[in-house]
Amino acid sequence: MARVVVDVMLKPEILDPQGQAVQRALPRLGFQGIADVRQGKRFELEVEGPVDEAALARIHEMAETFLANTVIEDFVVKVEEPATAGESK
Amino acid sequence: MTLDTVKHAAETPESAQPWKELGLKQDEYERIREILDRRPTGAELAMYSVMWSEHCSYKSSKVHLKQFGEKAPENDALLVGIGENAGVVDVGQGYAVTFKVESHNHPSYIEPYQGAATGVGGIVRDILAMGARPVAVMDPLRFGAADHPDTKRVLPGVVAGIGGYGNCLGLPNIGGEVVFDPCYQGNPLVNALCVGVMKHEDIHLAKASGAGNKVILYGARTGGDGIGGVSVLASETFDSTGPSRRPAVQVGDPFQEKLLIECTLEIFREDLVAGIQDLGGAGLSCATSELASAGSGGMRVELDTVPLRDATLSPEEILMSESQERMCAVVEPGNVDRFLEICEKWDVIATVIGEVTEGERLEIFWHGEQIVDVPPRSVAHEGPTYHRPYARPEWQDALQADDANKLARPANADELREQILKLVASPNQASKAWITDQYDRFVQGNTVLAQPEDSGMVRIDEETNLGVAVSTDGNGRYAKLDPYTGAQLALAESYRNVAASGAKPLAISDCLNFGSPEDPGVMWQFAEATRGLADACQILGTPVTGGNVSLYNQTGDTAIHPTPVVAVLGVIDDVTRRTPIAFAEEGQLLYLLGETREEFGGSAWSQVVHDHLGGLPPQVDLERERLLAEILISGSRDGMIDAAHDLSDGGVVQAVVESCLRGGRGARLVVPDGLDAFTFLLSESAGRAIVAVPRSEELRFTDMCGARGLPATRIGVIDGDAVEVQGEFSIPLSELRTAHEETVPGLLA
Repeated sequence: MARVVVDVMLKPEILDPQGQAVQRALPRLGFQGIADVRQGKRFELEVEGPVDEAALARIHEMAETFLANTVIEDFVVKVEEPATAGESK
Repeated sequence: MTLDTVKHAAETPESAQPWKELGLKQDEYERIREILDRRPTGAELAMYSVMWSEHCSYKSSKVHLKQFGEKAPENDALLVGIGENAGVVDVGQGYAVTFKVESHNHPSYIEPYQGAATGVGGIVRDILAMGARPVAVMDPLRFGAADHPDTKRVLPGVVAGIGGYGNCLGLPNIGGEVVFDPCYQGNPLVNALCVGVMKHEDIHLAKASGAGNKVILYGARTGGDGIGGVSVLASETFDSTGPSRRPAVQVGDPFQEKLLIECTLEIFREDLVAGIQDLGGAGLSCATSELASAGSGGMRVELDTVPLRDATLSPEEILMSESQERMCAVVEPGNVDRFLEICEKWDVIATVIGEVTEGERLEIFWHGEQIVDVPPRSVAHEGPTYHRPYARPEWQDALQADDANKLARPANADELREQILKLVASPNQASKAWITDQYDRFVQGNTVLAQPEDSGMVRIDEETNLGVAVSTDGNGRYAKLDPYTGAQLALAESYRNVAASGAKPLAISDCLNFGSPEDPGVMWQFAEATRGLADACQILGTPVTGGNVSLYNQTGDTAIHPTPVVAVLGVIDDVTRRTPIAFAEEGQLLYLLGETREEFGGSAWSQVVHDHLGGLPPQVDLERERLLAEILISGSRDGMIDAAHDLSDGGVVQAVVESCLRGGRGARLVVPDGLDAFTFLLSESAGRAIVAVPRSEELRFTDMCGARGLPATRIGVIDGDAVEVQGEFSIPLSELRTAHEETVPGLLA
């Protein structure tokens, strides 16, 4: 089964209170040198059948209408190659 | 892009400027050039455009709003009147209460969660800026048809946003309203109210005086929130390709706001500020120009010292940004260090961004170069004033002639029973517990009454049990039929609700939601509603302390119903004497106070059964409202009534059903002489309430009503486990509960 990943991030100009909270916590925990933190969401979709153009179009629509709130968030759809799935970059 | 300095603007008078894109009219732009005697810089244009917008300048409404001041009744309780961030009312024992209702309609349609959340945040900061500790919030809401798919998008987001923000701040949400009507489709109304408490000596005002005093911006960093149209300025050219517009959506951070509240209150306690203002619409443009304008006039700001979230923001964008959770204070130089120390303690960023100056100009600099040089009054208080034409719409006569009293009435008792069940189950009359249960009503432990009671009540002194009650009401259907009377009915209902809970009404705040002021019909509705409110306030002795106007609530040519929402604040000396709505004691007698006429125009019955809107709204008799309120307050204070419910939409039957379900007891009713069952149960005559009187108090109570000339009719007794109308029908409480409580979750959960 192929995996499609949808990454959802707040648009750059939108305030991210969660990211800010993480950033403020880092130095307190001894982690220095991080200027900014933005936190997002990642959806991993296991697709039944081939990941062809039609399937991607459907996922795109899914992301636009449901997974992401496009008023304040951007999203990126990526197809994960089976060979690389599970590897860390 | 080269910086558009004051010098540069003077040298390039002919440069084209995007005034139109910023929403200014040709003559307004000409006037700015006249005031400055040159073309404005980009930053000046940004400030003027946003401060002269309808939202900030009240340019269409202020000629009508003036009446609230001119006709203001004498009222010793009013400590700060209209024009400040919020009005302040004396409630005795050295306490003062400030409250205000505002709209956040449009943002809540675009992004329901954040729009509603930042609406709460904004009104809380208004209250905080007066020097008060916020103690409660309320939200009057209007949505499109309950079964419309877009309502299912907007409503849950709005409710979650209000709950999320308010719950995080630890503020109880003690009431409000939820109304559905197709006229709000595409234009939901999200109004937010906050109540704050302080001691008299803690009142703070928004003004910057004393040359040499420092201007401190504190709270969240400034980002690209809510900049909207102004980004046209950030682009070098204004050609057809256009700039990439930044979004108008602001995101709130309630935990930052909580820090801001505690930090600000500590600063007040040490008396460190000379003037203070919250940052809301129009951000720094508004705060700097209003502070300077209300003070001696001069202020110098170094804009590049403003802490930013996004380093790429242009000076114009910084001036316009509506980033949330920020405040601006004017502080004497000797207090600055202590001020900054307190901010640091609370983890709140604070920066000296400028100072009050001798002159009468607001001057703003960007890396040493001057980009703004304006008389602040011309920005903040002397914007354009429009006497917009208004005319009674030609359809008004036909609407009023379409008499609801002539609609087909139920032919027999079975039909009446069926229609009543339909009424109490209809979205507008059904229980809103599914919504209000998502808010924390009891946090802080001072909540005495909250939804579904007639008004929200909080205790403000634990020793003496002093408390305040607030109710918000508005009926767009009544106001559509007759805006003058409709506005008075909104006030009368809210006033009655406060009195029914046992509190003495003192003052009001209003949120006036209307369509486009450029439509003479809408402007007529606005003129009539404001006139009606001002006249009624005079008679009831309750001054308008402030509020907000929201115009352009319309889609295409179709405006919303004119919707003046009125919040009445009352005081109660001892909250243990409050009157709940619940019929809890079997055997107590039910009295109907006031007179019942055949009044079905705009009624809930006409909407639910006939989908009809026409005729005239119920008559208003403000002297009667006053008398009724006095009786309700005396009855509560002297222990003569154990429950009271005001009568409004849905009439007697709606009130009886709510009170019975609240108390878990049934009621046996008798149709009084001279009335038919239908009129008795469903008419919406104003100036009425139902009270439950212990048998031992009956004589004393009826004597009091008789002596003061208030009609009081015994209509039944609390008894059994059904609502029974003798000779007509009986409906078991279980059946009523199902009908009343399952509608809203069924539609929205």
